[in-house]
Amino acid sequence: MREFAYERVASLQDAAAKAASTPGAKFIAGGTNLVDLMKLEIETPTHLIDLNRLGLDKIEETDDGGLRIGAMVSNTDLAADLRVRKDYGALSRALLAGASGQLRNKASTGGNLLQRTRCPYFYDTNQPCNKRVPKSGCAAIGGYSRQLAIIGSSDSCIATHPSDMAVALRVLDAVVETVNSQGRTRAIPIADFHRLPGDTPDNETALEPGELITAVTLPRPIGGVHHYEKVRDRASYAFAVVSVAAVIQRDGTGRVALGGVAHKPWRIESAEALLPNGASAVVAQLLAGAKPARDNAFKLLLVERTLAAVIAQARAHEV
Amino acid sequence: MKFDTPAGHNPIDRMAVVGHPHDRIEGPLKTTGAAAYAAEHHHEVENSAYGYIIGSAIAKGHIASLDLSAARSAPGVLAIVTAQEAGKLGKSKHNTVKLLGGPQIDHYHQAIAVVVAETFEQARAAANLVLVEYTCETGSYDLAEALKSAPYVDSDGKQGKGAPSVCRFGDFEAAFDAAPVKLDAIYTTPDQSHMMMEPFATIALWRGDELMVWTATQMIDWGRTDLAKTLNIPQQKVRLISPYVGGGFGGKLFLRADAVMAALGARAVKRPVKIAMPRPLIPNNSTHRPATIQRIRIGANRDGAITAMAHESGSGDQPDGEPELAVNQSKLLYAGANRLTSMRLAVLDLPEGNAMRAPGEAPGMMALEIAIDEMAEKLGMDPILFRVKNDTPVDPHEPQRRFSQRNLVRCLEEGAERFDWRKRNPQPGQTRDGRWLIGLGMAAAFRNSMLISSGARVRLKPDGLIIVETDMTDIGTGSYTIIAQTAVEMMGVPLTQVQVKLADSNFPVSSGSGGQFGAASSTSGVYAACVKLRESVAQRLGFNVYDTTFADGMVTSGNRSAALIDAARAGELSEEDAIEPGDLEETYQISTFGSHFVEVGVDAYTGVVRVRRMLAVCDAGRILNPKSARSQVIGAMTMGVGGALMEDLVVDKRRGFFVNHDLAGYEVPVHLDIPHQEVVFLDGADDKANPMKAKGIGELGICGVGAAVANAVYNATGVRVRDYPITLDKHLDGLPALI
Repeated sequence: MREFAYERVASLQDAAAKAASTPGAKFIAGGTNLVDLMKLEIETPTHLIDLNRLGLDKIEETDDGGLRIGAMVSNTDLAADLRVRKDYGALSRALLAGASGQLRNKASTGGNLLQRTRCPYFYDTNQPCNKRVPKSGCAAIGGYSRQLAIIGSSDSCIATHPSDMAVALRVLDAVVETVNSQGRTRAIPIADFHRLPGDTPDNETALEPGELITAVTLPRPIGGVHHYEKVRDRASYAFAVVSVAAVIQRDGTGRVALGGVAHKPWRIESAEALLPNGASAVVAQLLAGAKPARDNAFKLLLVERTLAAVIAQARAHEV
Repeated sequence: MKFDTPAGHNPIDRMAVVGHPHDRIEGPLKTTGAAAYAAEHHHEVENSAYGYIIGSAIAKGHIASLDLSAARSAPGVLAIVTAQEAGKLGKSKHNTVKLLGGPQIDHYHQAIAVVVAETFEQARAAANLVLVEYTCETGSYDLAEALKSAPYVDSDGKQGKGAPSVCRFGDFEAAFDAAPVKLDAIYTTPDQSHMMMEPFATIALWRGDELMVWTATQMIDWGRTDLAKTLNIPQQKVRLISPYVGGGFGGKLFLRADAVMAALGARAVKRPVKIAMPRPLIPNNSTHRPATIQRIRIGANRDGAITAMAHESGSGDQPDGEPELAVNQSKLLYAGANRLTSMRLAVLDLPEGNAMRAPGEAPGMMALEIAIDEMAEKLGMDPILFRVKNDTPVDPHEPQRRFSQRNLVRCLEEGAERFDWRKRNPQPGQTRDGRWLIGLGMAAAFRNSMLISSGARVRLKPDGLIIVETDMTDIGTGSYTIIAQTAVEMMGVPLTQVQVKLADSNFPVSSGSGGQFGAASSTSGVYAACVKLRESVAQRLGFNVYDTTFADGMVTSGNRSAALIDAARAGELSEEDAIEPGDLEETYQISTFGSHFVEVGVDAYTGVVRVRRMLAVCDAGRILNPKSARSQVIGAMTMGVGGALMEDLVVDKRRGFFVNHDLAGYEVPVHLDIPHQEVVFLDGADDKANPMKAKGIGELGICGVGAAVANAVYNATGVRVRDYPITLDKHLDGLPALI
């Protein structure tokens, strides 16, 4: 860990301005991922700007009947919120499937979106990794890739995004609200927030330097049965091998997003039209063009069977 | 005290205290944080500097250049010690590979330097400023590939020493050819990491030419002698202390880089130096349980009698290393007139392989007990009946040698009864509970029990306090408590009047903790010392030692009686002795037995496996403390589930290292994975084992668990997986089609 300065600021505007004007600055929210990465010198900020105590910890109803979740709302509080449990069950379930109780108490909504991959080669600083050191190569390609991506990957990177929450947000069409150093705000649809790796896997999101997540908004509830199926080798405290977030309506239509398969939560809206035809049809389109490695080719079948479980449960729920 | 004839009636047989469940006497210290672990001896050591170990970034080759200039001028840095600064180090007896590498590199994360600084953070930051250039060499990292040309070896890894490399009895090939029912299958087990909670940790302090070391170890004397040898100093100059250890599982049997580098660092900065090894360095820097590839062939008559049994195992290690003894139990567990066992050892440039909980038997039983299940199915027999049919009262290779005690059949039958085994559908893939496929599986448990030479000193103080001193360690197992119980039983005083002092190299050398020999050996050593103390008490009181009894603080001989404390009024009495094994282990085969039963659910959609309930029935002689013994067994069962379902140090065969080298990547079970465990101990006392009549339990508890899980998974799914761990991807495409 390198030496760093730590600063509290008075307002969001100050935070964004400070981040833009201070070389090596980063925001710190819960710190559950950033501090680990700093210890390993994978992240080496010289200046940390604390986002706690800036009033970002509220969940409010929006004018159009949705919810606006402050960026500093903890994963624990968000999962427990009655409105979330009632109308956005996929989100609550996804949050509770992630990490551990202690981590969820600290982890924030904004920070969860920005957590970095758990690719073991990213974590081992002796190994080449284009995400950690641009243009250094990728040790994961041709290596141990059981947990890694099967679709949307590139010759530079086959990492996955580790978040459960983000997969649920993707299926719920959430929007990420930001502010930049000039005070300009943006609303970024979750679909556009995370990027595919391409040639620049170090560039993971649509955020610009200094731009700060202030909230995540959820549109008005869409009803249906909400699912989050997370498949993992042990029962708790493990990243998804694959996960399926879904909202299935009474008529069998619905939405599906996947975790554990790509560099971002994976959703292809056109595939969802096939939901009434069953999992196999959906997955054929959802994962068309997948390029799995030997270690993770099983994820194709696993996604199909996991989605089949979701559909079966939704049908059982109707009865 | 030489133990060369079966134990007769002795004071332990009263079992007034021994054999009863007692809370750990050091428990309150641990739960309140007052027990100082290796890195926490702040009271004894002030002004400690911090060391940070740099591990090699390559698996094989040598250091081409090492630039320390930036690190040396970093804030707080006091010294950097590399192989060059350290000078020529000796080779320790119990390590295969040098603990300080350079210029030659033997494996990934081999220590190449220690940075010592005022704070931990400064040492870590400076370590990242050390610039190393390597010249890489091609290494051998693929076990299956390397085994193709690997030689047969004996148990010690050499040819022509130790047990013979290929062990034969009868004519296996002819019998196997002729057998009407046979099995020939390959089983694989992966490399595994101990992943004990407390990392390797040491504080080293030089006083002149004398070295004090607080370290986390299972074996005080091995650590002391090997550290002295490494540093080329007399062993009398090294004092090693390890009163509390946060788990070892075999990983802490041997001197490791934390102790060596702390000693070298402390010598360089003339200050105490503390090192706690970061978790991501541990799996590649230290030892691991080696992967195995095992071939098992079994032939039987249609009535289920085994006529031919062959178990051949291959594993790998660094040059001059040793094989994983995965075939040992197959020589002893089941009858059969024609037998063959062998081991091959490949040279690998992966980190050093060595002992992990039940080395040999744990992976060996993972394979053998699936094979037995498969064979029972081929025969159309219940797997319990098949095992009972092939029970043997003697060592099948040396039929004149009987087992000292062998209650395997009782363990199997009692387990079946308690687990409701008859509810199991022998037809796999038939039992459903909602979306879960339900399966029941079982396996035998088997592990040898050794008596190791073990010494102790017992002192009776003038105030009546009894102090036991031995270099025995308590690695979370309960040694403090069973040693106290032993002294209480022998001296007839309350538990509050006994103080147990462990794990200091100034104390008599004990067995240490390992190989499930610690509990029985160390308490036998304390027994021996107590026998001597009883003699000197009787002598001081003028009693006849042969009919003197010790109970309730009183010493009684015939119609004469005196308080124990009276014997020490004239001054402290102190006696020392050791238990020394005789040749009973040659006359008798001394082993522990058990049965493991497991129920699993397998998600019919995703193939995820979850254990639902577990039972172990154990036959291990006298159980000294049923409470701590149960803790040992449930811990071992948990580790067995880890081995069955998730633990896997994944080798990157291009780069030659274990990729998932932290606790996020290397999964061990969490609480939610282990819903219900039951442990039953058969009543017993084995007089051929030692004067305590007790045997090991901590490794029996893991032997067979993996196979019991595997057999339950098979019973649930109908898909036989022979490649551990049994992760969902290995049976997913064989699960029932979706509706």
